[in-house]
Formats: sequence, structure tokens, C-alpha cells
Amino acid sequence: MIQKFLMGNEAIALGAVHAGVNLVAGYPGTPSTEVLETVAKQNDGSIYVEWSVNEKAALEVAAGASYAGARTLVTMKQVGLNVASDPLMSLAYVGIKGGMVILSADDPGPISSQTEQDTRQFARFAKLPVFDPSSPEEAYEMMMDAFECSEKWGTPVLFRPTTRVCHGCASIMVRESIEKHPIEGFVKDTMRWVIFPRTSFLNHEKIEKRNPQIGEEFSSYRFNQLTGTGRKGICTSGISYAYTKEALECETQEDYKLLKIATAHPFPETLALQFLEGLDEVLCIEELDPVLERELTYLCGKHHLNVTIHGKLDGSVQAAGENTVESVKQVLKAYLGLKCESVEYPAPPELPVRPPVLCAGCPHRASFYAVKQAMKGRKAVFSGDIGCYTLGNAAPLDMVDTCLCMGADVTMAQGLHRAEPDTVNFSFIGDSTFFASGITGVVNAVYNRTDSILIVLDNSTTAMTGHQPHPGTGVRMMETAEKKLGIQPEEICTRISIEKILKAIGLTSVETIDPLNQAEAVEAVKRAADLPGVKAIIFKSPCIAVTKPKTGYEIQDTCINCRKCIRELGCPAIVLENGKPTIEKSLCTGCSLCTQVCPCAAIVSIDKQQA
Amino acid sequence: MNNILLCGVGGQGTVLASKLIAFAAMEKGLQVRTAETIGMAQRGGSVVSHVRIGEEIHSPLLPKGSADVIIAFEPAEAVRCISYLKPQGTVIVNQKAVRPVTASLSGTYIDGTEMITYLQQQAGQVKVMDGEAICDRCGSSKVLNIVLLAAAAKSGALGITVEELKSAITKRIPERFQELNLRAVELVK
Repeated sequence: MIQKFLMGNEAIALGAVHAGVNLVAGYPGTPSTEVLETVAKQNDGSIYVEWSVNEKAALEVAAGASYAGARTLVTMKQVGLNVASDPLMSLAYVGIKGGMVILSADDPGPISSQTEQDTRQFARFAKLPVFDPSSPEEAYEMMMDAFECSEKWGTPVLFRPTTRVCHGCASIMVRESIEKHPIEGFVKDTMRWVIFPRTSFLNHEKIEKRNPQIGEEFSSYRFNQLTGTGRKGICTSGISYAYTKEALECETQEDYKLLKIATAHPFPETLALQFLEGLDEVLCIEELDPVLERELTYLCGKHHLNVTIHGKLDGSVQAAGENTVESVKQVLKAYLGLKCESVEYPAPPELPVRPPVLCAGCPHRASFYAVKQAMKGRKAVFSGDIGCYTLGNAAPLDMVDTCLCMGADVTMAQGLHRAEPDTVNFSFIGDSTFFASGITGVVNAVYNRTDSILIVLDNSTTAMTGHQPHPGTGVRMMETAEKKLGIQPEEICTRISIEKILKAIGLTSVETIDPLNQAEAVEAVKRAADLPGVKAIIFKSPCIAVTKPKTGYEIQDTCINCRKCIRELGCPAIVLENGKPTIEKSLCTGCSLCTQVCPCAAIVSIDKQQA
Repeated sequence: MNNILLCGVGGQGTVLASKLIAFAAMEKGLQVRTAETIGMAQRGGSVVSHVRIGEEIHSPLLPKGSADVIIAFEPAEAVRCISYLKPQGTVIVNQKAVRPVTASLSGTYIDGTEMITYLQQQAGQVKVMDGEAICDRCGSSKVLNIVLLAAAAKSGALGITVEELKSAITKRIPERFQELNLRAVELVK
């Protein structure tokens, strides 16, 4: 064993590598992304790693490999599990041969997500075991347990860390050896691998019989822990366990029992009954849904126990958002008479609000601005999607009217147009999102003869999650390993062309334009708006994080202080200095958009000015 | 136990700074836990890194009122996090205000003076840094995090000495950037 300082996601990845995982597939999503990236970085070539086009594809790729006996890991964020739910629900019935762990990272807060959904609920719905680590070091160990559980019971298992485990770092003892799991190969067996109503009935019966057995096994699982004595109990899980332990460093007026549940499904009933014995009441401290609280309430009913269960459902604990050490201390003060001092500071001066914004020089700003200019005075609705470009909704651009889920911009624009045909309906989609789930929506629009304009914001990367490649870039996750093995990269990588896809679908028009050329971009939007049918403009310009900045700009004394650059663009590099717009040189990437907006040509390249 | 809070605006380099502290502490045989802001807030939002050094650490997030030192890359962000500071704790703050687009639009939050005055009233020790001046002398705006770390080390509140910080820089930062970063440490008074 050696000590390493690892992020939770790195620990999870190493856990899978050391458990002898053969194949890893996933789709980027905060807070899960670094798991797959770490495997790819560590890979000596013995593991197959890919960013799949979306979570459904990733899960199916892994399922195929598991049928053949490979150990597989699938990674995604919680909303990705919704995309993967179709294969997931069926796979839960069919089962697997090689161990299969499906990592779905939850995001209490939410900090970077659309929902506060709880993967533990999904586990119950899909009738699958779920592992819920409370720290990065536990996540490392638990990953190996998850593979063993999966193979022992022939079922995929869910692995549910939350943001603070994923993005927390800790000093962790890790193994130096890798388990070897040779792949047996696919053995044909129609009754096993082909899902039919008849086999599903039989499998359903088996699963209902099996799950209580797994729950029984979980009652003695090393990370389900019961400590303490007393008439009051605390039941907790995940990172809330860490907050609870931290809060309990303060003195309490009463004794208590503490139950930590690392496997919310199948619920370890025997262990929970030991916990409930002799208790008057229980406080459940958990994030997202009241899963433990409902399980305990159910157990009390089933066994006629006179124990009162407190938690989210009776308002003892906040219903939504993240727990913190403070929020836990607060509820424990009331529950156990926790004695802790708090530090109070007087009210601070008014603080600036700091919503996230498009970066200085982001080409999306230029794309949104061009569409806004072209549609001045016309009735138009702008449907947005998931990615950096959701930030186009912020003032002063205000160019995202709807955002629902991956790919929904394309199809929602169609529905909006059916309901209100005199509106020009735009949909904005990023390149990675287009491949993930945009294409079917475009086919739907053309097939059903909608009038709409698709704007593809192609910045050649998956930017929001930290610049992952995608089919349009042609870069694959095996390239690090291939380099180590001395395999020459292909001279021309296979890039899938968005333009060719759209042309093949048969849109009225498809144009590729550089949004940083505003005049041309505005004209293209106007042209498209006047054509019937489905039109597309691909605004192609790379993300500032994957390209070198150009020479920056400066505002000269000829500036008339009209502040149009600030009012219209909202670029973080343009700030007021002594009451006049000034360009912050450390932020300016030289995109030139402001020079095209300035009415008096006061913004010039630093190079030119010196010359 | 040593509790350190780093705060700033997305893109200022707080994550690397917290990694260096963690590395330096681990070199001394101590346990470390950190928590980072990763995701949408990195696009110009408020970001916070929690670093905890000690024997047995439960929560990766600092309890309120427990930070020995707040290392703030921006004055208003230091004030936003003041509730984490322990009584009479230390604040290392870069003096330059980073004004969000909302402030430019409304013409508010002109500079950090009001924020720094508030910090001086509340904290035990406040070190106001002109990070940009040192960055200019080094010829790189990327060393702001090192400047603030060096100031924290020199204040004595970090639990890590300047020598230990320098050793972490030589071991963790790519060779071609080492001289630049070590120079930044030297320039901090």
C-alpha cells in the first residue's frame, strides 16, 4: 500500500483499475467527469476506455462487454442516468456476467445540475444494489466491493458518490497491484441474453427473492456501521456522515446511537432493527431524498416499533439543498442538546453578485449577439440547452428563453412553433450536445416539416465539463495508452462532420459561419429566418480554452464613454475604470467582438497602436 | 488541526494553490482533506477551496468560525467568506477588485477599499497584497496564487513555512515554470 493525495473521482477510478476493470465508458457530467479521465490517464493499454456519444450508448457498450465476461465501469452524472434508464431497467432484469458498476454522481445543492434527484431512489426503482461512499478513501475501497457484489449476484450495481466526495481530496492508502480478470467470452444463451416477456416474469420473481438476501448480506457489510448507546438514534449516509461526525465533536447532553448506511438498497434491515431496538426516536440526516427516513418508517410499521422517525418529512431537516457542518449542528442542537459555540460577524458591506458568465472572448457571445441583432424587431423565441451556452441567458445578452435537458432545444422549438406559428423559433445547441441527443430532434423537425432555425455552437470541445473530446473532434480516450505503447496516431483522425450530417438529413439550408465576423453572421441569420423549413447555421469558432489567445485590444482616448460595449456584450474583460470602459488586459483574448460594436472605432489592437 | 480557506473568482488559480498546500502538508506526514469548487461556478463565479490539515479529519468542508487563515484572491470574496474565519484569525487578501459584469452594467463595486476596511475591523491580522505588482515584476499574471501562498506562509498562520512551500513548488510545478514561481515567492515581503 502507498499513500497518495487523490480527488474522490481519482480514488474511484483507481479503485476500478485495481479491481481489474476491463472496459470503461461514460459521458462527461459534473461531478463525475474526472473518473473516466483518470482511468484513461492511468491506462497502460489493458483497459478499453471511451467517451461514448451519450450515457445510453455508454451503458449499452459496457453491457455488451459484461455479457462477454469483462469487468466494466460506466460513468455519468445523475441526470445522465435518466438518459441511460432505458437499457438500465431492462439490464436489471437480464443481469450480467462480468462485474458491472454504474457510477451515477449526485449533486446536492444542486451546484452544477438541473435536478436534485437521488440515485438511491433509482436503485430502488430498478431493483439494483447501490453503494454510497462517505469519503474518497471509502469510495476507493467500496469500488472493489461493488465489483465483487456485482459478480456474486450477477447484477449490475449502482455506485452513487455526491459532489463533496467526488471533488473532495484526501490522503489515501492505495494498493500497488491490479487484480486480473481474464475475459471468458460471450456464450450464446437465448434464454439468458434475449429479453422476452416470459423470461422477464421469471427474472422478476428471482430479483424479488434475491434482494432481501443481498439486504441481509449488507447488514454485516463493513461500511454499514452501528455505534453508540442510548435512547436516541441518528441515521445518516454519504458525506452527511462526515458532517455529523464533525458536529458530534461538540459535547452532547444525551447519549446516542449512530447508524451509517452505505447501501440504501437493498436496505440492511437486520442491522437497522438492531439500531432501532431500545430507541425512542431517530433523526435522519441525509441529502436529496428522505430515503433512509422512509426505510426506517416502513420498518417501524412492519415490526410495530414505537419509535418516532424525524428527518426531512417532518421538517426537522431542510428538504432541499446541501447539508453542511453548520446545518447538521443546528438540527443536533435541538435534538441532542449539542453544545457548540458559534462565531458571529457583523453584517458586511453589500457584496457584488457573481453569477457565472460566458468567458471573455467566448465565441458563443458573438453567436448570440449576431442572432439578437438579426432578430431585432421580430417576434422570436430562443430555446437553449445544456452547456456553457446556457450562460447566454445572462444580462445583457438575455438570449436563452428555455432550457430543459440535453437536446431539448431542438424539439422544444418545434413545439413552441406549432403553438405559435407567427414566431421565429431558434434552437441553440453545442457540438457535444448535438452528437449526444440533438440529431434525432433535427430528423423529427425535417420529417414533420417544421419551420425552425437550428444554431449549432461548434467550439470544438465539450467545454462546460472541462474540455472533453467528442465525435466532431475525432480525438479518442485510448490515445494516451496508445502513445505509451508506441502506436502511431492516425494521420487523419476520423472527425464526424456536423455539416455533412445536417446536409444528409435534408435541411432547407446549412451554412457554416465564423461568429466573430459579425456582419457576415448577422446576414446569415437574416437569410435563414426568411426561408421556409428547417435551416441550420453552424457557428464555428474554437473555445478560448483550447486555442491560443490573439493580441489583445485597448480602448483609446477617442472613446466617447457611451458604454455600448458594456451594455450590449457583458464581456468580463471590459470594466469601468475611473468611470470609463477599460479592457482588462489579463482577460482579453483578442476576439475583436467589441471593436465591431464600438460606434467610434475607439477599440484598437495593442499591436497596431504600438506600430 | 490547521484550517485554511482559499477564495476567489473562477479562473484565478485557487485549485492549484490548495493542491500545493496539501502537498506541503503531506510531505510533513500530516493528513489532508480538501474540497474544491468545480463546475459552472468556474466561469467567473465565486469559488472556494477548503483545506484541512491534521490527524483525524471528518468533514472536507470547514466548519464556520474555524479557519486559521483565509487566503483571498479578491477583496469581496474574502468578505463573503468571513463567517469561516476563527476569532482573531488571519486574512491574506489581494487588493485588486475583480468586478463582475453585473457591476460593470450597474456601475457599482468600484474598488475593494470598503471590503478591506471591513476585513481590517474583523480579523486579527490582515495582509493586503499588491499581487499584480509582483506579477508584473515576474512578467506573468499566473503567479498570483504563489504570491498569496507565500504571504500566508510568511504570516505564520498557514502552518507551512516558506521553505516548505518552495520545496512543494520544486516538486509539484513543471520545471519550466519553477524559476518564475520561486521568484514570486522571493518578491513577497
